This record gives sequence, C-alpha cells and structure tokens, in this order.
Amino acid sequence: MSDFFAEKLITTVAFISFTFILLIFIFVFRETIPIFSGAEQTTSNIAEDEVQETYGEEPAVSDEQGAGSLERRALSGERGEITNSKPETSPAGGGQATRETPEDSYQSFESEGNANFENLTSTKWQPISDEPKFGLLPLIIGSFKVTFIAILFATPIAILAALFTSAFAPKWAQEIMKPTIEILAGFPSVVIGFFALIVMATVFQDIFGFEYRLNAFLGGVALSLAVIPIIYTITEDALSRVPKSLTEASLALGATKWQTALFVILPAATPGVFAAILLGIGRAFGETMIVLMATGNAAMFSGSFFEPVRTMSATIGAEMAEVVFGETHYNVLFFIGAVLFIFTFSLNAIAEIFIRQRLMKKYGGL
Amino acid sequence: MKKKLIGKSVTTLTALAAFFVIFAVLFIMGDIVIGGWSTLTWDFLVGNPKEGMTEGGIFPAIVGTFFLVVIMSMAGVPVGAVTAIYLSEYASQKSILARLIRFAVNTLSGVPAIVFGLFGLGFFIQFVGGGLDKVFSDGTKLVWGQPNILWASLTMALLTLPVVIVSVEEAIKTVPRELREASLALGATKWQTIRKVVLPNSLTGILTGGILAVSRGAGEVAPILFTGAAYFLPRLPDSLSDQFMELGYHIYIMSTQSPDVEATKGIQYATTLVLLLLTFTLNFSAIFIRYRLRKRNHG
Repeated sequence: MSDFFAEKLITTVAFISFTFILLIFIFVFRETIPIFSGAEQTTSNIAEDEVQETYGEEPAVSDEQGAGSLERRALSGERGEITNSKPETSPAGGGQATRETPEDSYQSFESEGNANFENLTSTKWQPISDEPKFGLLPLIIGSFKVTFIAILFATPIAILAALFTSAFAPKWAQEIMKPTIEILAGFPSVVIGFFALIVMATVFQDIFGFEYRLNAFLGGVALSLAVIPIIYTITEDALSRVPKSLTEASLALGATKWQTALFVILPAATPGVFAAILLGIGRAFGETMIVLMATGNAAMFSGSFFEPVRTMSATIGAEMAEVVFGETHYNVLFFIGAVLFIFTFSLNAIAEIFIRQRLMKKYGGL
Repeated sequence: MKKKLIGKSVTTLTALAAFFVIFAVLFIMGDIVIGGWSTLTWDFLVGNPKEGMTEGGIFPAIVGTFFLVVIMSMAGVPVGAVTAIYLSEYASQKSILARLIRFAVNTLSGVPAIVFGLFGLGFFIQFVGGGLDKVFSDGTKLVWGQPNILWASLTMALLTLPVVIVSVEEAIKTVPRELREASLALGATKWQTIRKVVLPNSLTGILTGGILAVSRGAGEVAPILFTGAAYFLPRLPDSLSDQFMELGYHIYIMSTQSPDVEATKGIQYATTLVLLLLTFTLNFSAIFIRYRLRKRNHG
C-alpha cells in the first residue's frame, strides 16, 4: 500500500520540472501579449490626431538626445565608468533601499509609449523619453556582435585545447587541463565581468587605443572566457568517443599521430564539435552579467565592433528593476526575454539532434 | 622533413591553446587574490557597509547569500533528488512521461539565467505573490507581491534544479545492481529497497548535487537582479518577504553604480575574492566527494 503511494508521489514530484517549463513558456509569453493586442489601437490613434505634430519635430529632438548621450558616454568611458540608463544614485541613501528612488525621477517622463511593429523595428532604443522608442534592432545587432566576437575567440582556442588533451598531451598535462577547465567553468559570471571591467578594459585600451573603454570587442573577449569551458568539454567528449578502431586503422596505415588527429579523429567528431559551437552560441547569447558590465551599454545602431553596445540580455538586466509593472516598456522587456528564450531553446534543440542522431547514424555499425 | 615540421607546428599550436587557457585562469585568480588580499580582514567580513558603502564590510551581503542558498536548497534539492529517483528507478526509458521530464530537465539547463529572472517576476512575484496579497489584504498592501528573498530563492532553486538532478542520478547509477537484487530477493518491496538500500548508498551523491547547486546559486546574479536583491539595506532580512543584499550583486553594484569606482576598488576586489573562495571551496569539496565515491565503488 505504501509502495503504491510512494510511486505516485515520486512520479508527481518528478513532473514538477516539466510543469515549470510549461509555466516559463506561459508566464514569459503572457506578459508580451499586450504589445500585440494593443498595437492596432494605438496606431489608429496616432493616425488620427497626432501625426502632424510629432513627425515634424521628433527626429531632430531625438537626434540631439542621441548625440548628447553619446558624448556623455564617451566622457564617462575615459573616466573609466559604466553609464547605465539609470541616473547616478548614491548607493547608500540614508535608510531604505535606494531601489525606489530612480522610479520617482522617471515619473515625469512616463508616458504610455506605443509598441507597434513600426516602433519595434525602428533603429532607436529610447524607452524613457517623452516619445518612447522601442526599436529592437540596435539590441539585436548588439547581441549578435558580442556573440560573434565571443565565438570567434572561444572556438579555435577551445577546440585546439581539446585536441591537445585528447590526442597529444602527456599524462601530466591532461591532469592539469581537466581541473583548470572545471575552475574556469566554475567562475561566477559576475567575477569574469568584474575582471573585464577593471583589468581587461584598461589593458585593451592601452594596447589597441580604443576610443571607448568599454565596447563590443571587450565584452566579446570576456564572454569567450565563459564559452570556452562549454565548447571544450563537449568537443573533448566527442573526440574521446571516436571509436578506437578508426584511430588504430589510421596509425596502422602509417599515418603519424598528428595526421590521425587532424584528418581522422577531428572529422569523425564533427557533429559533436558542431553541437559544441551551437551550445556555446546559446550561452553567449543569453549571458547577462558579463555583457552588462563590460560592453558599455549604449544602444547604438552601428556596425563597428569597437563601439559600446547594449545587448538584449543586458537591456533586461539593466532596465527591468526600474520599470513600472504593466507599462509598455515592461511588456517589451518581456518580449525581448521571450525572443532570447526561443533562440536559445532552438539552438539547444538543434545541438541535441546533432549529438544524438548524427553520431548514432554515423557509427551505428562500428 | 616537411611532414615533421607540420606535425611539430600542429602539436605546438594545440599546446599553446591549452596553456593559454591555463594561463588565463591563473592570471584572473592571481589578480583577484592580489587585489583583494589586503582589504580582506575579519572586520571586513563581519562589518556593515559604512560612509555610503565606500568603507566598512560586507556582512549583510554574506548573510543574504547564505539565506538565499539555504532557502534555495530546501526547495530545490528534495525535488531534484526525487526527480532523479523517478528517472533512474521508476521510469522505463521509453515511457512518454520519462521522456517529457528528461526533455524538461535539458531545456531548463539551457534557459538563460535572465529569463529565469523574468519568470520569477511574472510568476512568483506578480502571479503568486500578487494573488496572496489579494487574498490576505485585498491587494491594498504589498507584502508578497514585490521582490523578496523567498521569490529570489525559489527562482534560483528552479535554475539549479538540473544540476541536482544530473548529479543525483549519476550517484544512483553507481549503486550496484546486486545490492538492489539482493534486497528484492529477500522480499523487500520496491519502495523499501529504494528507501533502505538505494537512498543510503546515494546520500553522498545527493550531497554533491546540493553543493554544486549552492555553488552555482551563489555565483548567479542575473536571476535576482529584479526578484529580490537590494543595493543597500540598513538591517538584515528577518522575514521571507524582506529584500536582501547578495555578494555577486554587491560586486555588480559597487563596480558599476558607485559614484567613485576608484575609491572602492579595494572593497570590490575583496568582495570578489570572497565570492571566488566560496564557489571554489564548494566546487572542490564536490569534486573531492565524487572522487572518493568513485574510488569506493571501483575498489
């Protein structure tokens, strides 16, 4: 009798993780709905009464604002500080948590911005202004820039290091490598962000002479430190799973050790390596603290890798605490989160397929 | 001759990559130890922040982190352990339910940390907390419908759930089949076998899972950015509905929001060192326990 209940109870508890995945889907997407349902209504409003006034003056004003904030950012870049969207608040107000104060100062600016399709695809992210702009393009480009740099650095280093450990390294080097990677994987991302902000930023600016101390390049390189352990671990796993018979056949045919590693083992492990890179991209894309601290957080619409950027994840991290619940800005931030979720979810799913099926098919007979 | 040259350069290149990683890790650790060592005193650990957080210690942040991981473990470890027991003992590999749960665990481990924060805000704070407030005070007074340590811990528990499940499952797998069969042959039921044979033998695995989860939870900042962490609090949290200070969040705030970053560099470094030492100690004890476990099972 108790057996029966134990089994039912255990099954129920085990089902919790699945329930929560469903809940994450529901609750992250639920908060984005107002954007889509309210879109038509607001557009028609604008068309009716406000169109002439706003379109006449708006661009000039916002350009000025853009330039102004840029200058400020350049200045603070030289001073060696990050500018966030927040006004400077002294961290220790007399008594209560200072978290409340920024909200008050925003109150005057607050207006129900409209987040229609046109606004979401514009090139300006200015959520706190008289005429809020929720252009996601600078954020999306920012995320891709930082991720690109991170993958560009992490992939060769991680794959070569994995090849070294599995094919060439003497025993003692292997024994050092494994714990080192585990240590790197165990670094809290805020520690890497801190190191990038305080040490790497200064060193990079001295070496390369960057105009801005914090920029996409720095953020990407810092991010690669978090991505290396992922790519390394999965690649190493894939390399060591290549059947011994393949390696031995190659060596027996007179190939040298490096020829075997490069032309037999590595190609055989390609699906695993590919999956490793995909998972690395997913991690880089979703990572928040490192980019929040090291990229300068200016939502600029530009193609340069050496200017400050604001990524999607960092935008949520920096702005969500100050936003008024239920406002358009709040819903747009949830929308960004939903996009992040879908993107990483699909990457993980594709990677899973690569690891599972391709490898199985390829070596099913061996 | 040419072949030999290529071979040499290929080997050297891979070795360079490997040593670059080792060098980077040593460099970061060295920099933080050197930068934080002189500020890291006993007074720093047990003192309150003073003079607008430009002086004093980080005691509230340490306490906040401690509460966070304790509540998180109380919620996450039992659920994770039971899920692992289900997956390894009850579920047949092909059942749809088991597949769904596995899929869920894999998905959970891939969700970006910041999305967990959004979920915590939308579900725990707005939906559950807001609902509780409506029931108890008609929604006039915000008690649970705002960021606090309970919602932050539960969000973190969800994030660390896959870590616990994977680790416990691995430990259960190392319990020899003979032990189970012996127990069943003596007439014990399945549940009795799990309770008296499998569980006691995988206790260390559950412990490892818990430690790894705590290490991960102490290091993540993104999920608590807007679910409960505070810049500065004059007193320690004394109820589940209080906000709290946290080590990682403290590092983030001190290094980005403080009006004079240079003046507080010592505090920033020392706080980072404390966090690093904490996650290190936890990770290494987990590795050590696991190593002993493997040795026992093979010997």
